[in-house]
Amino acid sequence: MSNAVTLTTKKDWMTDQEVRWCPGCGDYGILQAVQFLMPELNVPAENTVFVSGIGCSSRFPYYMNTYGMHSIHGRAPAIATGLAVARPDLDVWVVTGDGDGLSIGGNHFIHALRRNINLTILMFNNRIYGLTKGQYSPTSELGKVTKSTPMGSVDAPFNPLAVAIGAEATFVARTHDLDRKHMIETLRQAHAHRGAAFVEILQNCNVFNDGTFDDILAREKRPSMMINLVHGEPIRFGNDNERGVMMDSDGQLRIVEIADMGEDRVLRHDAHREDPSLAFALARLSHDDHSPTPFGVFRAVSRPDYGSMASDQLLQASSKGPGDLAKLVRSNGTWQVG
Amino acid sequence: MRNIAPGRGYGGAATKLGLNFGGRVHMTDVAVRSGREPEALHDVVVRFAGDSGDGMQLTGDRFTSVSALFGNDLSTLPDFPAEIRAPAGTIPGVSSFQVRIADHQISTPGDAPTVLIAMNPAALKADLHHLPPGGTVIVNSDNFDERALTKAGYKVNPLIDDSLDRYKVVEVPMTSLTEKACAPLGVKPRDAERSKNFFALGMISWMYNRPTAPTEEWNRTRFAKNEMVMKANEAAFKAGYNFGETTELFAHSFSIAPAKLPPGEYTQISGNTALAWGMIAASQCAKLPLFLGSYPITPASDILHELSKHKNFGVRTFQAEDEIAAAASAVGAAFAGHLAITSTSGPGLALKSETMSLALSLELPMIIIDIQRGGPSTGLPTKTEAADLLIAMFGRHGESPLPIVAAYSPPHCFDAAIEAARIALKYRTPVILLSDGYLANGVLPWIVPDVTKLPDLSVEFATETNHTNEDGTEVFWPYVRDPETLARQWAIPGTPKLMHRIGGIEKEDGSGNINYSPENHEHMVQVRAAKVAGIAKDIPLLEVEGDADADLLIVGWGSTWGSIKAAVQQVRATGEKVAWTHLVHLNPFASNLGEILVNRKKVLVPEMNTGQLSLLLRAKFLVDCQSISKVRGVPFTAGELTVHFTKALEEIR
Repeated sequence: MSNAVTLTTKKDWMTDQEVRWCPGCGDYGILQAVQFLMPELNVPAENTVFVSGIGCSSRFPYYMNTYGMHSIHGRAPAIATGLAVARPDLDVWVVTGDGDGLSIGGNHFIHALRRNINLTILMFNNRIYGLTKGQYSPTSELGKVTKSTPMGSVDAPFNPLAVAIGAEATFVARTHDLDRKHMIETLRQAHAHRGAAFVEILQNCNVFNDGTFDDILAREKRPSMMINLVHGEPIRFGNDNERGVMMDSDGQLRIVEIADMGEDRVLRHDAHREDPSLAFALARLSHDDHSPTPFGVFRAVSRPDYGSMASDQLLQASSKGPGDLAKLVRSNGTWQVG
Repeated sequence: MRNIAPGRGYGGAATKLGLNFGGRVHMTDVAVRSGREPEALHDVVVRFAGDSGDGMQLTGDRFTSVSALFGNDLSTLPDFPAEIRAPAGTIPGVSSFQVRIADHQISTPGDAPTVLIAMNPAALKADLHHLPPGGTVIVNSDNFDERALTKAGYKVNPLIDDSLDRYKVVEVPMTSLTEKACAPLGVKPRDAERSKNFFALGMISWMYNRPTAPTEEWNRTRFAKNEMVMKANEAAFKAGYNFGETTELFAHSFSIAPAKLPPGEYTQISGNTALAWGMIAASQCAKLPLFLGSYPITPASDILHELSKHKNFGVRTFQAEDEIAAAASAVGAAFAGHLAITSTSGPGLALKSETMSLALSLELPMIIIDIQRGGPSTGLPTKTEAADLLIAMFGRHGESPLPIVAAYSPPHCFDAAIEAARIALKYRTPVILLSDGYLANGVLPWIVPDVTKLPDLSVEFATETNHTNEDGTEVFWPYVRDPETLARQWAIPGTPKLMHRIGGIEKEDGSGNINYSPENHEHMVQVRAAKVAGIAKDIPLLEVEGDADADLLIVGWGSTWGSIKAAVQQVRATGEKVAWTHLVHLNPFASNLGEILVNRKKVLVPEMNTGQLSLLLRAKFLVDCQSISKVRGVPFTAGELTVHFTKALEEIR
């Protein structure tokens, strides 16, 4: 395996395949951001693998000039687990969507996080099934009218970040498809994390769910609706940074006017806190599509990853020398005939 | 000389000994009757039956090991309930272990026991029907109180009515004797009671002149960390042995001389262990690390347990969150360049179906191990069946042929594992490896293989680009094939310049680019089928055993091997002609199967299902194969098959 790192450019990470997402799809922006980021990471393309499931987002590997697998619906985290555990030398990325990752693949998703498999998992959340032409997804809001819910969905949605934190994820972040700089910075941190790093990327499906995040992500609304989380900094936002997040005496996080409460009561973001409850509370701060929503790294804590521990056991088991097949086949005891 | 009752010599119903042993057991007084000469037997079948908490599997296993070391040929049939601890003393909680030992070569665990050891009324009730009239039943009489009898559904104590008149009944108060033997050690009766299986083992060890040292040594090692248990077991074992030696219960002991097996170094092995070791051997032969993705399921879990013990061979075992993830992780490991396997039983195979289709479409090597059990659904988790042949053959969506290899005996599981790996690696395809619950847990002696003579399975990963684009750039095309095997090239991540993408969407042959064109899809369906069909050129021709030109042909596959072998021997011993061929490759078939099938007056296919192989044979060869079916959770006995074969011979006469 080559360890030589040669300088690359964005172009080196592109393939000759025609990108086949709908014109105007948010996925284009995400692809651009990833291709911009890759040269900086100094990982050879041959040591990089993108694994995806099924759905619009899952076409992603075809457009990255790395090793890649476009697999089956929901199973990308499980396939990537085998890959990452077998080959700790590889840089393994999982690209999934809200349906692929949280519905059919929900089980693999939570277990990859729980085990802290060394993966970078990107979940493109557009709150709709796009490839199957517009059914509601596990992140669609209650009451959503789609082809499969003509009278409105009666399905309570998942909050992907809360699911991830509940599943003991060690790295949890949120970004969105309209801000390349924020995406790149978030993905950079996710990639640097050893273990399972989960990034929810809010992504617009302009065909089946256009504008689903407009109340938060429309350019003019961003200052008042996006709460940028920065480790070590007070959690504040607003056109004039006039609002902040504080913890009430009942333990509830609330959005307050800083002028009313005083600067010193504003919560200071601590992504490295072992206890996940604050990250969980931040993940649940926004109750609907119309309230201020945190972005950035919610949680980044250190915990040994499954693959490293498994490799350590192999080393430990081999410390007295490699296995001897001739001895193994005699290990039940033998006797001689004739 | 089969089924000779050990009680011969003190005959008949008069041997129903309701003795009070209170003052008659002299455990150290072994010299008293040591002058009695053991009677030589050729063959004995012992069935240990008790509550699932009574340690019958362990007892049977120890008796087997000692007999193996002594040099007998042997075959075992463990039979245990699905429940870990069904209510104590009930019929569903009965756990049995049948072992046959012989002074000659055998291939089955015996059609019926010679001796039944019943540790409680439930065991007697559940297993007595196995014992032929005249057989010996040894009961733990301490357990035949009213409560235990009621639990087992006995209205009257069978030890006092005439229901056992057809058998030789030996009543031994095993529990109280064990407690007494352990009392000097300071073991409380309640704890001592747990060692009563060692008393039974000691008694049977005396009865059949088994060496005692290996059992004592095993006990010392196994319970080294629990001295009290170890000492209690030791005391119970000696007490049981001396009991047999001292009392007048048995006129004399019996001996089964070592078998005249082909010379060599032998060990004893169960199918699941052989399969796990075979996979390790295959990974060594292929010089690839072994990766197992698995989810616990009976009766396949022992493969996961065994492989997880051998990390020093570079084996990675991954206990996945479900059956699908187990298979999917193996696909990931295969892409990574490992020898990837996943192990399961029927319900798990169904769950892996979509993932197997992906691996087939990706054309990556992988082995799916199915230890078949009674189905459908949860079915009979601890009982054997071989009814997954058709799901192995057809249980995927689309046109999705896969090679199938089936093991036929516990030792053969080792060879079958290597053969499955050979096909998978050479042809870059998933391979289904079939075993079953009977093979998985059954034990046979095995000539230790010379590991230096195992086949070379090494593979060459792609290291160079294999295509030049129109603009002159050198690229790697993942679906460029070997013209001979049709296997595609295998380039693993980490290889410079060979970055490529593969997926489940139909791809263009050669480039691997997504391609939905009608011509390409038809071509790909055909090429995938041709690749699997072509393996027929690369598998050994079938051999015909018995009388090659016989009018009656038996076609077998899987674990029916032992019973068919014994039945064919029995029928041929009467001067009749029978031909028999046993399939290891179920897809594709060996290329001479068609020739073997034709021009017979009758073709019989004994199967542990309702006729799955015969369906395939009829469809492919238009031969009137007749099915002999058994789906009772237990293997065919040789006797059952002998009846079928004999009847068929009469019909064609």
